Amino acid sequence: MILRLAIASLVARALTVTMTVLAIALSVALFLGVEKVRTGAKASFADTISGTDLIVGARSGSVQLLLYSVFRIGNATNNITWESYQDIAARPEVDWIVPISLGDSHRQFRVMGTTAAFFERYKYRQGRALAVADGVVISDLFDAVIGSDVAATLGYSVDDRIVVAHGLASFTEHKDQPFRVSGILEKTGTPVDRTVIVSLEAIEAIHVDWQSGAQIPGQSTPVDVIRQMDLQPEAVTAALVGMQSPLQTFALQRAINEYPEEPLLAVLPGVALQELWAIVGVAETALLGVSAMVVVTALIGMMATIFSSLNERRREMAIFRAMGARPMTILGLLVLEAMLTAAVGAALGLGLLYLALVIVQPFIDSAFGLWLPIEAPSLREAWVLLGVVAAGAIVSLLPALRAYRLSLADGMMVRT
Amino acid sequence: MAEAETVLLLGESGAGKSTLLSLICGTILPDAGSVVVTGTDLSTLSSAGRDRFRGEHFGVIFQQFNLLPFGTVADNIILPLRFAPQRRSRAGNTKAAATDLCQALRLPAALLNAKASTLSVGQQQRVAVARALIGQPPIVIADEPTSSLDAGSQAAFLDLLFDQIARNGSSLLMVSHDPRFGDRFDRVVRIDDIATADRHAA
Repeated sequence: MILRLAIASLVARALTVTMTVLAIALSVALFLGVEKVRTGAKASFADTISGTDLIVGARSGSVQLLLYSVFRIGNATNNITWESYQDIAARPEVDWIVPISLGDSHRQFRVMGTTAAFFERYKYRQGRALAVADGVVISDLFDAVIGSDVAATLGYSVDDRIVVAHGLASFTEHKDQPFRVSGILEKTGTPVDRTVIVSLEAIEAIHVDWQSGAQIPGQSTPVDVIRQMDLQPEAVTAALVGMQSPLQTFALQRAINEYPEEPLLAVLPGVALQELWAIVGVAETALLGVSAMVVVTALIGMMATIFSSLNERRREMAIFRAMGARPMTILGLLVLEAMLTAAVGAALGLGLLYLALVIVQPFIDSAFGLWLPIEAPSLREAWVLLGVVAAGAIVSLLPALRAYRLSLADGMMVRT
Repeated sequence: MAEAETVLLLGESGAGKSTLLSLICGTILPDAGSVVVTGTDLSTLSSAGRDRFRGEHFGVIFQQFNLLPFGTVADNIILPLRFAPQRRSRAGNTKAAATDLCQALRLPAALLNAKASTLSVGQQQRVAVARALIGQPPIVIADEPTSSLDAGSQAAFLDLLFDQIARNGSSLLMVSHDPRFGDRFDRVVRIDDIATADRHAA
């Protein structure tokens, strides 16, 4: 009956209570939304590369290697010689190896030289393979496959001609050897979307007339001649390695790290991703903190509302007291009302979140490659909701204590 | 006060009537002396004990604003039973007891489920009487219950109140500044005769 009276009392103050509930609902939806985006981003981040057991590059830091080989951020300090690459490829525990050659760019996008195996071995989001949305994968020396962001940003379609620039943000272009866009990849939500992929030989081909970073003046080898040349590279930037058995991963990693002929580094993508996330995770924690403050603000708003309602409710409290209610009961009643308000707000917030998810999920996926799953609330979210109700109770204790003291002083007679 | 006695306490406002009622009901304690109700010295009870005692022994009718406006009439009538288990067991079936009281007080049965705030002032005062009487508390305290009613309704209201008090066997202590109803009561006490109000400057 007390619960029913508490609900009736809330309904009687529908307008202010609705505002409070809405404020709590919005803040809870925001908090859970941030939480969703955060876990979604973390999962997407970890999903950038999968199925690869080791990433091999010149010796530097593991995060740096991951950044330039997978995220195309920053530059390699050094290359791996072709001999070392062959040595690793020849080891019995290696199932497959895909070389990556970086260093050139097209507009703001990086150009990556690799082999056909890349399209088959590179996996993202729990083992999804790359797929060509339009056209075919590389079939000619001067074919390029572009990521979906490249195509969308620069407006390219299959059979367009593109010219690769030497280095990054450079004005010297490999004008003599234009590429043909042979295929456009489907959106993946990974750095592949922002990459122009060519064959490893093509990287050699466009550098035939170049020496130590500059074009040899006056020299321009015709494309026909280049096609006849031996285009085996002397070095690659990095390599993705798949193991025969995952159990041998650590042994091979150790062997590569101790490779005597050349200083090399092998990292486990998962471990390096964790390290990288630990760095970028600070921003994410800050965002979560801000949205938690919004929840606190909404709850403080509720506290203010209860405070301001106390005066008009003194008579009500006097009636309760005359009926034999203890001041403690009045305190309990106010806390109960606050908890009900917070609970309705939290539930509504959860509803708002799902509504928003249903609406924006496809958009977020296509625009940012961020997949936000619609699933039953996780245990963590359930705790957040419970926490909001508990915080509502705690926050309401202040006005409830004031009501306690008021009703103790007033008794049955309201003194004004 | 004797059992089933009706007493009218007369006094001008500011004479200490409300303070006396608060003392009797145990929401305040006397600085000196003692308040004894049905053989119990209130100052020997804990504050929670006095609250419980008040719920069990008193039915209270205020001047106005007697009801929780958001509750139904039935909610309001059975509210004191929530805090007084003995009264609750005496009332038996609470719903039936509330219905009976409404009938006796000439409140339409349909009103039981109406929100208290939708009732007229006269109806509200009668609901307050029903609430004061449910579970037969030994003492009914009425603090100027008629002051918000017009003259005609006042007499009718008192008729109903006296009928029900008599049926219940409760005592009635009514506070008023209006001596007109004095002859209906067993005894009339003037507060000036029993107390001197000594207002300290706050």
